[in-house]
Amino acid sequence: MAHRLAHSAWIATALAVAVLAVVGSFPAASNQAAGTEVQIDQFTFAPQQVTVKAGTTVTWINDDDAPHTIASSTKLFKSKPLDTKDKFSFTFTTPGTYEYFCSLHPHMTGAVVVKATTGSSAANKVR
Amino acid sequence: MTSDHDDRHSVSRRKILECMTWAGTGVLWSIAGGTPRSLGIVGETMAAEPSGLTFLQISDSHVGFDKPANPNALGTLEEAVNKIKALAVKPSFIIHTGDITHLSKPSEFDDADRIISQTRLDVRYVPGEHDVLDENVKLYRDRYGRGTEGTGWYSFDANGVHFIGLVNVVDLKAGGLGNLGNDQLEWLEDDLRGRSASTPIVVFAHIPLWTVYPQWGWGTDDSARALEYLKRFGSVTVLNGHIHQIMQKVEGNVAFHTAMSTAFPQPAPGAAPSPGPMKVADDRLRSVLGVTDVTFERGQQRLAIIDKPLQG
Repeated sequence: MAHRLAHSAWIATALAVAVLAVVGSFPAASNQAAGTEVQIDQFTFAPQQVTVKAGTTVTWINDDDAPHTIASSTKLFKSKPLDTKDKFSFTFTTPGTYEYFCSLHPHMTGAVVVKATTGSSAANKVR
Repeated sequence: MTSDHDDRHSVSRRKILECMTWAGTGVLWSIAGGTPRSLGIVGETMAAEPSGLTFLQISDSHVGFDKPANPNALGTLEEAVNKIKALAVKPSFIIHTGDITHLSKPSEFDDADRIISQTRLDVRYVPGEHDVLDENVKLYRDRYGRGTEGTGWYSFDANGVHFIGLVNVVDLKAGGLGNLGNDQLEWLEDDLRGRSASTPIVVFAHIPLWTVYPQWGWGTDDSARALEYLKRFGSVTVLNGHIHQIMQKVEGNVAFHTAMSTAFPQPAPGAAPSPGPMKVADDRLRSVLGVTDVTFERGQQRLAIIDKPLQG
């Protein structure tokens, strides 16, 4: 867990920049990328729930004129405030359901469901 | 419609709102024994003869905001400050009900201070959620936290009125609304203990302490407990910001009022898909931005609240 927390802190400070160059060029509509991008639009996360395989990097993009954050309900990860068009990414390595919200507008909630890549017996618990 | 502020007849709130729409100017409210009465539509000169305490509320300056709804939020804050400087009667102080900045950046706090200090008035702040975006609320508390408790709550007295500044924007919970938290509520209970029920109370906080529209997060989860502590007082006025529009409600002895922003308007509850910044015609922007002027008249236990748009 300590490693993961350190990892997310690093992401918050560094990856926000790196992701602009890498993920930004992928089209959101392709099958491969489906579920790996979450748009923030009109104070909602769209889709509100995404299901991905373990190891997937999920990227949130703020399309609103208001800033938002991506904050794990269990404090596993938290983005800096995302201004318009800012992005945040987090790589989900362990199967489970990860609930999150916007810490500025906490009525905005979403979830990432991470499935095992093979027939693993990992429990689908909330993380 | 004249500035007949001596004509203290009662009219319905609906009527007031109609008048406000029609005249595009401020409404003076008086509060006596918990019952608000309109003093009629007021012009720029109406506040020329107050007695007792006059203070101003300014809110949601969002310094740093530069989106289409208002590309120059610092500029409209400066316009508001210029209006304050030009007031015929100098207010005793200003309360700022939060969202001083848009993104809690040091440069935004600096710009806000530079402009607001031009009023040469004492300013009492409470933070909005946009002011506490750094992890430990350090930027806000370093500037405005001296002499406050917890994340920045406090009280003070002026002209026999007890003022309480509350913080309901820290440690918000998923799916929830604004939040005061147990520590602050215990402090509030203690702060009010032993005070005479005849003491006029003014409570100010960023997010409304009444449930305006929970679907957009416009309310405070544990405000009922705060209001429970306040209900024995004969005159309670609650001043909030956050929703960037004027709303008012009276419940028992408590009058609730929300102020305009100086930066950008937001839609009426449910009138848009989201509460995001609302773009209005350029020539209408300054009619939906402004400040609030509040006067307490000694001996009458009334607070007169006047919303003053930047224009109109």
